[in-house]
Amino acid sequence: MKLFDIIGPVMIGPSSSHTAGAVKIGLVARKLLGETPVKANIKLHGSFAMTGAGHGTDRAIVAGLLGIRPDDERIPDSFDIAHKEGFSFDIDTTHIPNAHPNSTLLTLEGDHGKKLEIVASSLGGGRILVSRIDGITTNFSGDENTLIVHTHYDRPGHVALVTAALAKQGINIATMQLYRRSKGGQAVMVIECDDPIPPELVEKLTRMEGILKVTYLNQEKK
Amino acid sequence: MAFQSVKQLLERAASENRPLWETILEDDIHSQNLKREDSLNTMRYFWEAMKTSVENYHPDDRSNSGLVGGDGEKVRQANRRGILFGGDFFNEVITEALKVSECNACMKRIVAMPTAGSCGVIPAVLVPLVKERAISDESVIEALYVAAGFGQIIATRSSISGAEGGCQAEVGTASAMAAAAVTHLGGGTGLMCSYACAMALSNLMGLVCDPIAGLVEIPCVQRNVIGAVNALSCANMALAGVEHKIPADEVIDAMRAVGDSMSSDLKETARGGLAGTPTARIIVRELIRKNQFHSEH
Repeated sequence: MKLFDIIGPVMIGPSSSHTAGAVKIGLVARKLLGETPVKANIKLHGSFAMTGAGHGTDRAIVAGLLGIRPDDERIPDSFDIAHKEGFSFDIDTTHIPNAHPNSTLLTLEGDHGKKLEIVASSLGGGRILVSRIDGITTNFSGDENTLIVHTHYDRPGHVALVTAALAKQGINIATMQLYRRSKGGQAVMVIECDDPIPPELVEKLTRMEGILKVTYLNQEKK
Repeated sequence: MAFQSVKQLLERAASENRPLWETILEDDIHSQNLKREDSLNTMRYFWEAMKTSVENYHPDDRSNSGLVGGDGEKVRQANRRGILFGGDFFNEVITEALKVSECNACMKRIVAMPTAGSCGVIPAVLVPLVKERAISDESVIEALYVAAGFGQIIATRSSISGAEGGCQAEVGTASAMAAAAVTHLGGGTGLMCSYACAMALSNLMGLVCDPIAGLVEIPCVQRNVIGAVNALSCANMALAGVEHKIPADEVIDAMRAVGDSMSSDLKETARGGLAGTPTARIIVRELIRKNQFHSEH
């Protein structure tokens, strides 16, 4: 563990998992959507569902979706801010089978019509995990530059196509995961990269044959 | 690579002939590839944030559940009226611990140290001490490296999560970190800091994590007070030359073993301890009525 995981972070209370982690889930979901969210359905599971109101988990997720960071004092007022910015949302509880106790299912719609459904969990200390995107299992933290490519079919050659495009741009791959609904069915690649993913590359990949949807998340420069 | 043991930390500091805090700083910037100045600036930023978290307290603030708020101000007022024991400094420590923890419960900005639930312990000790002894910010930054160094070893060998190790892992660790920091500020050696750390952990060993309704409120806010007062007591003992017979590393390992053998009812599940009392159940029913708590699906 790093020294500044012991002292720090500066955050809005009361809980690193139920508040700070929840803000981060909202922020990562907003980045993955790639647009300003205008509509959201927020479903809380497990301990998020039980103690979410007391911990401000609901307001924290909305704050993150609005682009507010975990140390921002406006988090408790996020519902009012959402109302003013024309962002509509509803919050409910649910049960997500086999999910971590601090999990949420978010269904989002952006200002240019993009849609995204994710399941994310808060693992403690503000760390999170995105465990599902648009119905397909994933497993990434949102701490790296991440490229997510959905393909129509699970067929040979797609991985080569995507990794070749990355190599051509000089982007180094840190980790790579492959998931599919079924043999030959819809598949998803989750690629964590050392360098940010240029939007032009995303644009290019989106037009490639067999590719259904490309989502990406770039880290802010420190 | 972070230090795996207190022994390793003390030996490295001795062999490099550097103060403990600098050994901790140098180790971290090398393993994280940070610049020394950036690390120092980050620590300075956290210290400023700690002081601000104390200043941002408002006696009228209440948590979402309505269970917590206003107690720091009660202690401050009572001390001003002269009805409390132990002198101004002692009561200021209690006041600050309550204030910072209440700020946390009321969704204000705090510094997690090591966690949000235990965020009141270290500022409760350092803020009044700095005022009383006119200690420079530079010295406090050094002390915070000492605190972080011990906290890091506890996190590595044991745990700093209530869900894994009970409250001993959260308030216990914060108290041990604060004890080492105060010992450093009092001019104690590295070995004395390790005694203070070992004593603080030993005194809180077995402390359960039993939050009512699972909220970081009762007993968390008041537990921060015991963490702070315990830290001062142990630092004072260490500075007076009192030793701890069991080395800090063995105390940390024992704390882990205790945490492992603790029932899950006593590890942040809101089932055992205070959370399991009849009154706690009444509180939970009331929170459900006020839509602040939902029963499981």
